[in-house]
Amino acid sequence: MSEPSAPAGIDLHAKQVGRFRLQDKFFHYSTQFFAFIVLAALVGILVSLTIEAWPTLKVFGPAFLWTNIWSVPDDQYGALAAIYGTVVTSVLALLIAVPISFGIALFLTETCPLWLRRPLGTAIELLAGIPSIVYGIWGLFVFAPLFAEYIQPPLQELLGDVPVIGDWFSGPPIGVGILTASIVLALMVTPFIASVMRDVFETVPDVLKESAYGVGCTTWEVVRNVVLPYTRVGVIGGIMLGLGRALGETMAVTFVIGNANRINGSLFAPGTSIASTLANEFGEADPGLHIASLFALGLVLFILTFIVLAISRWLISRSMGTEGL
Amino acid sequence: MRTLNKLAQGTLAAAMGLAFSVGALAADITGAGATFPYAVYTKWAEAYKAATGNQVNYQGIGSSGGVKQIKAKTVDFGGTDAPVKEADLDAAKLVQVPTVMGGVTIVVNVPGVESGKLKLDGVTAADIFRGAITKWNAPAIAKLNPGVALPDMAITVSHRSDGSGTTYAFTNYLAKQSMAFKRDVGAGNTVNWPANAVGGKGNPGVAANVQKIKGAIGYVDIADAMKNNMTFAALKNKAGNYILPSQQSVADAAAGADFKVKGMAPDLLDQSHKNAWPITTATYVLAYEKGSDAAKQKGVVDFFAWSLNNGQKMAADLGFVALPPNVVKMVETEMKNIK
Repeated sequence: MSEPSAPAGIDLHAKQVGRFRLQDKFFHYSTQFFAFIVLAALVGILVSLTIEAWPTLKVFGPAFLWTNIWSVPDDQYGALAAIYGTVVTSVLALLIAVPISFGIALFLTETCPLWLRRPLGTAIELLAGIPSIVYGIWGLFVFAPLFAEYIQPPLQELLGDVPVIGDWFSGPPIGVGILTASIVLALMVTPFIASVMRDVFETVPDVLKESAYGVGCTTWEVVRNVVLPYTRVGVIGGIMLGLGRALGETMAVTFVIGNANRINGSLFAPGTSIASTLANEFGEADPGLHIASLFALGLVLFILTFIVLAISRWLISRSMGTEGL
Repeated sequence: MRTLNKLAQGTLAAAMGLAFSVGALAADITGAGATFPYAVYTKWAEAYKAATGNQVNYQGIGSSGGVKQIKAKTVDFGGTDAPVKEADLDAAKLVQVPTVMGGVTIVVNVPGVESGKLKLDGVTAADIFRGAITKWNAPAIAKLNPGVALPDMAITVSHRSDGSGTTYAFTNYLAKQSMAFKRDVGAGNTVNWPANAVGGKGNPGVAANVQKIKGAIGYVDIADAMKNNMTFAALKNKAGNYILPSQQSVADAAAGADFKVKGMAPDLLDQSHKNAWPITTATYVLAYEKGSDAAKQKGVVDFFAWSLNNGQKMAADLGFVALPPNVVKMVETEMKNIK
């Protein structure tokens, strides 16, 4: 066999390059196609929700958002009570869950003995994997009665006479209600937030922490001045992940929120959330405005989640700017 | 381990394939609708398959879903707790027959009050459930219950949070008793409960709330109330007697009703029989007058004819009440229109 002549070699090479280019193009377009499926699904959901919700949007207009009435017999619908319940339970849940998750994550990454790290970490991940219906059943059958018996009466005694705050804890101690839903939600989102926080805390280079310890910082000072600034983006991301889950959580909330389509100033009173209203009423909804209003509620939840996501993006980009990361 | 898993999956797939092919030989019929009769329909389907080899599938998707599906012709029969009106039956060319009855009962959790000891009449019950009476020791309740020690305790109304045929029957009964209830709360699958109300999902959710919340009052199926060993209230019927919910008092309510109407859905609420349970209700199935598949149409008729004649005990064991024999005869005649 003779050596291939130079032009032939170049030719072969060019052919190969051409094939690679084709491969790359194919790869590019196929992955692009997959990515666009997501986009198409998103737009598709938005469009179909809007179409189904159209009768409601036409009848009630934007006032649907701030009307505090949900009456199936009168065919009058407004989303305010459901939006209120959704936002209040989610925010309360975060107020409870964030400090706890923060503590868990810090303990696991900073002060936990090595042998305990793995079992504790696994336990938290397991907790995150429990289906929400289990939390709901536990909340209704175990937690709510205990809450009504041992926590609500002392809370009322302690805070009942304080102006403003007392109103939050008024009403008969029935166990189920906005506060119960918030606490169950907090339990559900804590493992999510904690495991994200733990993961991002672990990304802090040891050199940074060790030099801080080296100049005599306490653990708290290291956390405050080294770990947190370094991981701010990830921490915000974890919290937002928890908030997203709390906003859309359906079954657990349906079990313990008390399902009353109204706004009550007391946290002990039953309320409703968007997701729980949907879960409750879709099955037997009357065709017409009722169904359309449920779709409109779905649209509101969609937009609410979108806003939360946008805010978290904005927070992340802002803190990235200031930290120069 | 992995191979074992694969093996198990393979076997499962093969078994499912087998099940499908066997099922396909017989005329499978499919129904969907009300969740209330789900337990009894599936029980009947199981026994019917054992007796005849024919498969009946029923999905509990809710009454309005059942009506929707049968109108869309995606199922062979639909189930509904709220009977379809005559005009709609004619328009959609549907046949409607009752299959089994049940009762809705008022359950309470009042410390010191035993089951059956609390007496209520329709108007007082309506006032409680519309939030006009908010304390257990209110004069209106005390007047009906001389000698019963009623506590000074807030009433919490426990209701179904999901749209439901149970709510439909219960609110229609109370709306008949009280105009104020009809005005404030309404009557239907989903209504406007008062401020002292809390919603639970499904009959078990309501039962749990009533059992856990002191001072609660709620409504559940007789079957669920008995299963959970709950505290009943006695209810005054049209004849003026205080009745305890039981399968007998439900059957007595049906005995006085006239089923000879189109759609076979007489109003069973507040019947005048002296022992009638006031909140008695029936559940119905819907089928096409003329179906596209004669074998399936016959399958529907055969299944319910078999069940009504052989399934009374199964229904009673589950807490339902069988139709009286004369009504079963009428249903069989009516089902001749399903072709």
